[in-house]
Amino acid sequence: MTAASDSPASTGAALGATELLALYEQMQVIRRVEKAAHDLFMSGLVKGTTHLAAGQEAVAVGASAALRPDDYVFATYRGHHHALARGATPQECLAELMSRATGLCRGKGGSMHLTKASTGMLGSYAIVGAHLPMAAGAAWSAQLRGTGQVAVAFFGDGATNIGAFHEALNLAAIWRLPVLFICENNLYMEYTPIDTVTSVTNPAADRAVAYGLPGHVVDGNDVVLVHDTVAGAVSRARAGEGPTVIEARTYRHYGHSRSDPAKYRPADEVERWLAHDPLTLARTRLESLGVAAAELDEAETRASGIVDDAIDAAKNAPEADPAEAFTDVWADGGNTWRT
Amino acid sequence: MADLITYREAVAEGIAREMRRDPSVVCLGEDIGAAGGVFKTTVGLLDEFGPGRVWDTPISEQAITGAAMGAAMTGLRPVAEIMFSDFLACCWEYLANEIPKVRYMTGGQVTVPLVVRTANGGGLGFGAQHSQAVENWVFTVPGLKIAAPSSPADLVGLTAAAIRSDDPVVVFEHKGLFASKGAPAPPDHVVELGQASVIREGSDVTLVALASTVRTAVEAAERLAAEDISVEVIDLRCLVPLDVRTVLASLERTSRLVVVEENPYQGGWGGTLVSLVADEGFHLLDAPIKRVASACVPLPFADALEERVIPTADGVADEIRALAAY
Repeated sequence: MTAASDSPASTGAALGATELLALYEQMQVIRRVEKAAHDLFMSGLVKGTTHLAAGQEAVAVGASAALRPDDYVFATYRGHHHALARGATPQECLAELMSRATGLCRGKGGSMHLTKASTGMLGSYAIVGAHLPMAAGAAWSAQLRGTGQVAVAFFGDGATNIGAFHEALNLAAIWRLPVLFICENNLYMEYTPIDTVTSVTNPAADRAVAYGLPGHVVDGNDVVLVHDTVAGAVSRARAGEGPTVIEARTYRHYGHSRSDPAKYRPADEVERWLAHDPLTLARTRLESLGVAAAELDEAETRASGIVDDAIDAAKNAPEADPAEAFTDVWADGGNTWRT
Repeated sequence: MADLITYREAVAEGIAREMRRDPSVVCLGEDIGAAGGVFKTTVGLLDEFGPGRVWDTPISEQAITGAAMGAAMTGLRPVAEIMFSDFLACCWEYLANEIPKVRYMTGGQVTVPLVVRTANGGGLGFGAQHSQAVENWVFTVPGLKIAAPSSPADLVGLTAAAIRSDDPVVVFEHKGLFASKGAPAPPDHVVELGQASVIREGSDVTLVALASTVRTAVEAAERLAAEDISVEVIDLRCLVPLDVRTVLASLERTSRLVVVEENPYQGGWGGTLVSLVADEGFHLLDAPIKRVASACVPLPFADALEERVIPTADGVADEIRALAAY
């Protein structure tokens, strides 16, 4: 028995077939961008590291569909899916991974820091848990400015054991901030099973009760359930009723990062989760809603075309300008630190 | 003397002036509201501006700095208090990894106009974990501006500049100066960040100081004047931007440099300043450069011990005498 509720708290509008088809296509785009990121890394065109989110698309896409364009999203170094779901184009993302001038951050961020502030994607942060207080701060700002915006922090299960998670939940609770804390529980904190290093069964949702907050566990591979749960929490937040913790159970198809083949995961577990693929689930649901197979195939073909074009455009884009190394330290655009 | 104000009063005065002119300025920190701050530096702010702009927080330094950052990225100008500068270690993540980097790593997509104010330094017998001068910690991180005022008027003027800045600024308020008095700041007083002040002119030795060591430096200079040694005292006022030009200009007159810092000699800001002088002003020098800084030990509690660790006017005067005779 845990303190977390397993039932979604949706009061948001239900997704119709047309909306769901659009989300399906978006997930297909993300899956293909992640595959491209993997392949481009292997061919030497992406350097550093990547933390791929293939398998976790439904969390980003379902949640984003429940947000307003002016809401704020803060994500982690496993954040390609959030950037894409929040309005970054595949070309901008892949160009950033490939150190191109046309990348989202013009080559200064890379895979772990994809950001598109103009569409409310306020950043991907690579220090575990650090962005939860930031999301609380953005929600505080929205509350003080009376804009009705909400802020969302997406984070992994590993972040629930770091201090910033707990400080953020407490602050958000006492100030009744319009913020959602959405945990993507993919069962592993890097290489270690989360349940071997966590005192409760549901690392995020079970902690919510300690801060007087609702905590929901949801199938993170079901884009509809994610959407409905997030929509409910968003309505609550906009109504001034405060934060919600949502724990979306999901699974990554690749290892933790580029260097991890993920051999520590039992074969039957991998098989079970691959059979519970968010894209397959969404497709099955669309079919049951009467969407023709041909229409679904067309969406997949479109997604494929979009990503193929993005790969070509990114490859053909100019390299990042070396002069960029010395811009944007300060708000005046420069880097002057002395007279 | 009735028109003098304390450095302590100047803190609230500086913040209140900015809150009056800009509704996006909000304050947050531990005990800053109803209690008026543990050092009584925020007295009156809650009464004047109300709980919508002056927020008491839990003891959660990461939440304070992280929330300030999120708010600054989304349209507010937060002024966050970290009660003792030693506690910057509790939220070092935000000062080292997040606040100074987010603008850069996003290719300039976001701006972080926030101020972190904190009570810095020793001399009050608070022991090893409440007495450190840690301006050098922040000085190691590109992307943060640093102000450390030495007088009430400068405190008001630098606070104004810090709050108006679109860049993140850490303002070190010195605990040992809270009770000190000075002339009040004139209306609309703004001291631009990165402008050192020559507070005493001299021709034999340039003595560079910051915050608490400005008083130490002036005391030493006054003593040495009686011995016919003329000391020019420069108050840096900020570490970033670092006003190297003013120091080099002074050395053209004096040819001798002493730097007095309260942070430890080991890793202290003076090391960077003197390396710049050695590099760009070597031809101006007629003597070795001397640094007087705190001893490289944790801050002890007892007065007799603490006085041995933190630079004193006597110690500075001794160095200057030796240098003047070089």
